[in-house]
Amino acid sequence: MSTSATATTTRLGDAVGELRRPRVESPWRRAARRFLRHRLATAGLIVSLLLILAALFAPALAPRDPLQISILDKFAAPMTKGFVLGADEVGRDLVSRLLYAGRISLLVGFAAMAVTIVVGTLIGLFAGFYGGRVDAVLMRFTDALLCFPTIFLLLVLAAFVGASLLSITLIIGLTSWMELARILRNQALTLRERDYVQAGRALGASNAWLIRRHMLPNTLGTIMVAATLNIANAVLAESYISYLGYGIQPPEASWGNMLNNAQSYFSTAPWIALFPGVLITLTVASFNFLGDGLRDALDPRARR
Amino acid sequence: MTNYLIRRVGQSALLLVLVTAIAFGLMRLAPGGPESVYALSPTMRAEDLARIRASFGLDQPLHIQYVKWATGMLTGDWGRSYRDSRPVRDVILDRVPATLELTITALAFAIVVGVTIGVLGALRPNSASDYLATIGAMVALSIPTFWFGLMVIFIFAEKLDWIPSGGRETLGAGFSLSDRLHHLVAPALVLGLVLVATWSRYTRATMLETIGQDYVRTARAKGVAERHVVWSHAFRNALGPLLTLAGIQLPFLFGGALVTESVFTWPGMGRLFVDSLGYRDYPVLMGVLVVTAILVIASNLLADFLVAFVDPRIRMR
Repeated sequence: MSTSATATTTRLGDAVGELRRPRVESPWRRAARRFLRHRLATAGLIVSLLLILAALFAPALAPRDPLQISILDKFAAPMTKGFVLGADEVGRDLVSRLLYAGRISLLVGFAAMAVTIVVGTLIGLFAGFYGGRVDAVLMRFTDALLCFPTIFLLLVLAAFVGASLLSITLIIGLTSWMELARILRNQALTLRERDYVQAGRALGASNAWLIRRHMLPNTLGTIMVAATLNIANAVLAESYISYLGYGIQPPEASWGNMLNNAQSYFSTAPWIALFPGVLITLTVASFNFLGDGLRDALDPRARR
Repeated sequence: MTNYLIRRVGQSALLLVLVTAIAFGLMRLAPGGPESVYALSPTMRAEDLARIRASFGLDQPLHIQYVKWATGMLTGDWGRSYRDSRPVRDVILDRVPATLELTITALAFAIVVGVTIGVLGALRPNSASDYLATIGAMVALSIPTFWFGLMVIFIFAEKLDWIPSGGRETLGAGFSLSDRLHHLVAPALVLGLVLVATWSRYTRATMLETIGQDYVRTARAKGVAERHVVWSHAFRNALGPLLTLAGIQLPFLFGGALVTESVFTWPGMGRLFVDSLGYRDYPVLMGVLVVTAILVIASNLLADFLVAFVDPRIRMR
């Protein structure tokens, strides 16, 4: 009787003690813990890191020169003549081409994402922070761009400006910032009414300082999530325009343009069409899962 | 309500002006200008080119060109195709039915399947089937539509020979409904897959929100049958956001249609666009851009009207 009472007291005491010293966990640590609990997001992180490493070390990993033509080996099936994933219509090694194509596709993905984030953040924060006429002009322009299907804009611009690594990157970046701008604008509209922003203003802080010190850090979570999801979208966009022939130009390989003529070789060499698509899907899916996990991890409303 | 609708119509009109201005400006980006096609001809002399410029009105200031072109659009004069000199309006209108046939079928399929999956997921959140559906939707969103189309053609047309590998009908066979449907199934399902994913995700999220509301708990407490609670109380309130999604999704749908039409050689607007791009047929390109944008603006407006119609809270504003 008495022992169990003591036990209860101790347990109660422990509980009180725990209440008194709450575990101090920094927001970033908490985000990391929540993120890792998300199994799919972790898998997405691992797969995307592997893909990035494979692209970085493509020259070391590729068994052959991706551009080396060898007519005798044309349409070599996977696992024959030393071609692990087979050879294409002019006998180029598919593994090597996929590795080098991954460099291009991922490079475009990351660089276009950077453009999207810079433009989207600037337009969104300016519109929301300044409000009034600036907001009206910027947001009507954003709305108007959102009326066009992105692929239509991408194709027209790519056809007119001409395809190069730089132009494709800019085109993708400049046609996908609108949604981020809209979200950030709404956040900035509420943020600018907050007491600490008003206090800063009353103390004579400049607009630039307020944006840098308050707007940007408070929207960083949104921006990081958007950045991750945008890599996925940019990789997808590059594959679409390259598949349709207006993106990365052969002989340089990208996952999209490797599928360019794949349909004509269906009966002889279906593997040419299979592997690039699998890699695009894998890449896009892992960045999507990563972004989804980040969103859950950084969501301040969700507890635990 | 009337004020709200009038305001929305006004906003849409402004948007229309902006959208046409952007499309117009975009075409001016074309290298060498719209007359560059003629400059390609080796027998073309500089003074002939100048005459062509003048006949197109290209020597006038930009804003005058825009106003001229915009009034032309309004009065049904959309210019002539560079490729075969047919009126652009006819060239485009010829392709609209095929695109609508494909997109509406895909959307209908996506709504039925996506909403069902989404509602079921919201009823049993975090169950094994919900988890699977969530993963499936994410993967579906990550597959490039054109590649999925290629794989479908490879498996079901090349290997199994269940479906034709492209086109809208068997050429020269005359109209037959079963033949049309036979051609429609694969592209509609391919285009619909991504849409199923967005619809199921969005329905699930919206339903989870409405199902947690007080009025749903009240209905359950009163002993209302669960089926009635789900569909008449929770789902009815989720309908507004879903209708808005249908409107917002349209540009995405047309973009997907362009890719699907290219893979399945479907004679719609998307394929017309890709073909015209190859021929640098600027009047047709601009026409398709503007027509899709108008369809997008109109359907967003329609979605807002419908939302106001089903949701009295908005009607009151």
